[in-house]
Amino acid sequence: MSWHRIQALVLRYTYLYARSVPRVTEIFFWPLMDLLVWGYVTLYLQRVSNISGPSRVFMFLLSAMIFWDILYRAQQGVTLSFLEDVWARNLLNVFVAPVRVGEFVLATYIVGLVRIAITICVLSVLAYALYSFNIFSLGMSLLPFFANLVLMGWALGMVTTALIMRWGQAAEALAWGVPFLLQPVAAVFYPLDVLPRWVQLIAVCIPATHVFEGMRQVLRGEGVSSTSLTAAFALNVVYLVAAALFFRYMFGVARRKGLLAKLGTQ
Amino acid sequence: MVRATMTEPVVQVEHLRKEFNGTVAVADVSFHVGRGEIVGVLGPNGAGKTTTIQVLLGLTTPTSGSVRVFGLDLERHRCEILHRCNFCSAYTALPANLRVRENLRVMGGLYGVPDLFRKMDELLALFEIGHLKDKTTGQLSSGESTRVNLCKALLNTPELLLLDEPTASLDPNIADKVRKLLRKIQREQGITMIYTSHNMRDVEEVCDRVLFLHRGRIIAEGTPQEVIAKFNQKSLEEVFITVARSGDLLGVET
Repeated sequence: MSWHRIQALVLRYTYLYARSVPRVTEIFFWPLMDLLVWGYVTLYLQRVSNISGPSRVFMFLLSAMIFWDILYRAQQGVTLSFLEDVWARNLLNVFVAPVRVGEFVLATYIVGLVRIAITICVLSVLAYALYSFNIFSLGMSLLPFFANLVLMGWALGMVTTALIMRWGQAAEALAWGVPFLLQPVAAVFYPLDVLPRWVQLIAVCIPATHVFEGMRQVLRGEGVSSTSLTAAFALNVVYLVAAALFFRYMFGVARRKGLLAKLGTQ
Repeated sequence: MVRATMTEPVVQVEHLRKEFNGTVAVADVSFHVGRGEIVGVLGPNGAGKTTTIQVLLGLTTPTSGSVRVFGLDLERHRCEILHRCNFCSAYTALPANLRVRENLRVMGGLYGVPDLFRKMDELLALFEIGHLKDKTTGQLSSGESTRVNLCKALLNTPELLLLDEPTASLDPNIADKVRKLLRKIQREQGITMIYTSHNMRDVEEVCDRVLFLHRGRIIAEGTPQEVIAKFNQKSLEEVFITVARSGDLLGVET
C-alpha cells in the first residue's frame, strides 16, 4: 500500500466534487427528499393516531431513514467513485498507473466516509430544525451502529463495483439498485418479527438487520444490545472479506477478458 | 528495484497468445524491444496490436506465453513495472471537469513523481501549453488534449512509453511538432517507446523498427525501409494496404 497513491486518488475525487455543482447537490438532494417525505408522513401518522408528544414511531422511522442513508452513501462512495472514472474515460489512466486494487478500494472508502460525514451533518441539522428530532440523543451507541452500516455499505459497494466491472455499463443500474434489494429484508423500517418466519431466517444473516433492531432497542430505552452489535460486526467481517475476494476475483476476470480496457474506452 | 541491464531487452514477449471466448486476438507473437528503441506495432484493424499493447500494460492477461519487462515477469511484478512505464492513447481522456494542472497533479501523485510542480511546468513548456494549465481539460481542443496526455505520459520520466495512435486527432502541423518532440525526448532521455499508429508517415518518421501484425501474428519485422523492401513497395502505406487487402495471400497462417 502506498499512501501517496491513495492520496492522489482521493485528491482526484475532491477536485471532481469541488468542480461540479450537480455532484455536490446530489450528496444533499436525496437525503433531503427522504427526510422531508418520511418526516411529514410520520407527522401525519402521529396526528391520525392521536398521539401527543414525541412518539416512538416517529423516532423509529426518522432514525431508520438516517441510518439507511449511511449504508447507502457508503455503498455509493465505492461504486460511484469507480463509475466516475468510467464516465470520464479515465479508468485506463488509473489502471495503467501502478495502482494496486487495495489502494483504489481504500481511496473509494475514504471518499465514501467524507460523503457520509456531510450527509449526517446535513440530515441531523435538518431533522432537528424541521422536527425537533435529535439523532444524537442515541448517544455513544451511534458510533458502533454507524460503523457497522459503513462496513456493510463498503462490502455492498465492492460487490456492485465488481459486477459493473464484469458486465460493464449495462450493469450501472446496480449502483443504485443493490442496497434496495436488501431493504425489505433487513427490517429497516419495521421490527424483525413483522417479517414471515422464513424471511427472518434470511434477515438475520444481514448485518444491517442487527443494527436496525439494536437501534430500535436503544430508542425504546432498553440500552445497547451487545448481542446485536456483535452479530452485526461478525457478519460484516465475513462479508467484507468475501466482498474483497469477490472484487479481486472479478478484477482478474476483467483482465482476462479484456474488460478493463473496454470499460476504459467506451 | 531490479534494473534491466544494457544488453537485456526492455521488453521480451515470447509466444504471446490471447483468446477472448475462443476468438484468437493474438495467435503467436514473439518480439524483443531494446533499450532506447522506438518500435512501431502496425497492422490493419483486428491484427492484434491493441491487444498486444493491453497485455504489455497489464490490462489484459495473456492466454499463454510470457511477457517480461525490464527483465521482470509482468504478471508477478505488475505494479513495479508500471511505475517505470507510462501510456498515452488517443482513446482515453483525463477527467474533463478538472483543470490541466489538477489532472497532472493527480497523475503525478499516482506515480509518486518527486518535485512534481517543477516537472509539470517543464513538460507544459516543452509542449507549448503552459498557458492552458488553469483551463479545464474539457475546454481544450483535441490537439491540446493530446499534448496534455503526452505531458501526463512523461510525468514520471518513464523508461518505457506506450503510445497508442498519439497523433490520431492532430492537424498535420501539430502532428509534425509532436513527432519531432517525441524523437527529441527519446534522444535526450533514451526512453524506449512502443508506438501504434495507422498513420504510416508517423511510423516512418518516428520508429527505428516496425513489427507488422496480421491476424495475430508478426508477418514482417525490421526497419521501415527493410519492411518496404521486403514487400516490394514504395512506402509503408503501400505495405499496409497490401497486407490489409491480401494478407492471407502472403502466406500468413491463422
